[in-house]
Amino acid sequence: MSIRAEHLTHLYSPGTAFESYALKDISFEIADGSFVAVIGHTGSGKSTLIQHLNGLYRPTSGTVYYNGEDIFAEGYDLKALRTKIGLVFQYPEYQLFEEDVITDVMFGPKNMGLSDDEARARAKKALMQVGIGESLYKRSPFDLSGGQKRRVAIAGVLAMDPEVLILDEPTAGLDPRGREETLAMLEELHSERKITVILVSHSMDDVAECADMLMVLKDAELKFFDRPKEVFRHVEELESYGLAVPEITYLAHDLIKAGLDIDPTVSTVSEAKAELLKLLKW
Amino acid sequence: MLRDITIGQYYPVRSPIHGLDPRTKLAGTFIFLISLFVTKSLIGYLIATFALIFLIRISRVPARYITKGLKPVLIILVISVSFNIFLTPGRLLFAIGPLKVTAEGLKTAGFMAIRLIYLVIGSSLMTLTTTPTQLTDALERSLGFLNKVHVPVHEIAMMMAIALRFIPILIEETDKIMKAQMARGADFESGNLIRRAKALVPILVPLFVSAFRRAADLANAMEARCYHGGGGRTKMRPLKYGTSDKRAYAVMLVYFVIMILTGFLKI
Repeated sequence: MSIRAEHLTHLYSPGTAFESYALKDISFEIADGSFVAVIGHTGSGKSTLIQHLNGLYRPTSGTVYYNGEDIFAEGYDLKALRTKIGLVFQYPEYQLFEEDVITDVMFGPKNMGLSDDEARARAKKALMQVGIGESLYKRSPFDLSGGQKRRVAIAGVLAMDPEVLILDEPTAGLDPRGREETLAMLEELHSERKITVILVSHSMDDVAECADMLMVLKDAELKFFDRPKEVFRHVEELESYGLAVPEITYLAHDLIKAGLDIDPTVSTVSEAKAELLKLLKW
Repeated sequence: MLRDITIGQYYPVRSPIHGLDPRTKLAGTFIFLISLFVTKSLIGYLIATFALIFLIRISRVPARYITKGLKPVLIILVISVSFNIFLTPGRLLFAIGPLKVTAEGLKTAGFMAIRLIYLVIGSSLMTLTTTPTQLTDALERSLGFLNKVHVPVHEIAMMMAIALRFIPILIEETDKIMKAQMARGADFESGNLIRRAKALVPILVPLFVSAFRRAADLANAMEARCYHGGGGRTKMRPLKYGTSDKRAYAVMLVYFVIMILTGFLKI
């Protein structure tokens, strides 16, 4: 049970002056239940990559296997796949359209052919998980605050009960508190629902805390696919890709330069704290 | 998907056509369009065809890219051609049921089709080789005399530029919203007409909301930069005719005279 990409290549506008690679020979396997972060500079192919995983884009060559089945094969039910691999786009609040919040969240489940009651039950569960209270159900989605709109939109995908949840920059444009709440919500979903989460981001600090695998893209190519700690060892390469390691890793490196003996792969604040306490022999 | 729409898009290559003054191209396009209507002879259309092929070749825009832009016009073309074939009175060739096909009908339909296709290709050749900014500048300068009769030329040109600029943005936005709704299981391709029309609601509502939001943002941004219309504004790159423009005008004049002359031919 996994998502496997094999030699995925996507060429934009082939044969014209606009021709360019969006993805170049990308292969990887994402195991069930993992939390993967896809990271890369603007235009590195992150968004294009994830849209291949649920069949919204067709690759120029190569393919994607979901649970061992080729999703681009003739006759494969892409519509059913899209309910299993939930994709939350960047700025998902721009896809809201219904008269009230609950009906909008029910859109996905209803498209799956569920009855009104079932769809409503799922919508309620999803809204609860993203922290939208019952008092907002009958409000127009356009009257909500930015953070609330985004959570409603995420609930719209969650309500389809996907096995894999892909999110494209879910924290973009949110204030620090909204960012933290969103990430905490994702971690909770990941541990409670046991679903695979794929998170696209360009902030290393965001992903260092929650991801157990890190995928680094640069100019349409896959540069690293490894545990975050291993990836963070390559500080200079990451910087040449226009990326950075988490702030706390920089601090650890500075401390090592100053003569302290701590682990150079420290990537979260709690790890750093443990290292420093060890040094102080507490 | 929708990325394939090429109407009004600029194709960024360097070519003698791209390098011309936008006013020259504007005038050239008008001359070409008028020439299609002054001639009624086969020779005239042949000359127009050669002119068009020549222009496309030196513009370095792939022919395939241009013909792709014809797709949206196809429906209009089919409708008008079939009206002409079946509804023109004249010498009867044959009839399919109540539909009568006449020789005159076939002829007008043929000419009509050629005219329509050349119209679209000719004008898209202009937008493909001219940036929206250049095009607006050209319009503003060429129609400047209308200012005397209190036509707000600058404002109209500005609106046109913004509209052109927004075409690719709104196409991209539609594409994104469509995909977002498809990811939520929306289906735009199956079902009867009513179901399909209903399926458009989840696209149109967000699209309108975002178009209004963008318009408001743009208006604010323009106001923040003290935009106050055309009065007293100078240009960073004022339009200037070069030698190649003079040559282009000469070629246009010769072409136009020939086309008028072919109008008197009987073939």
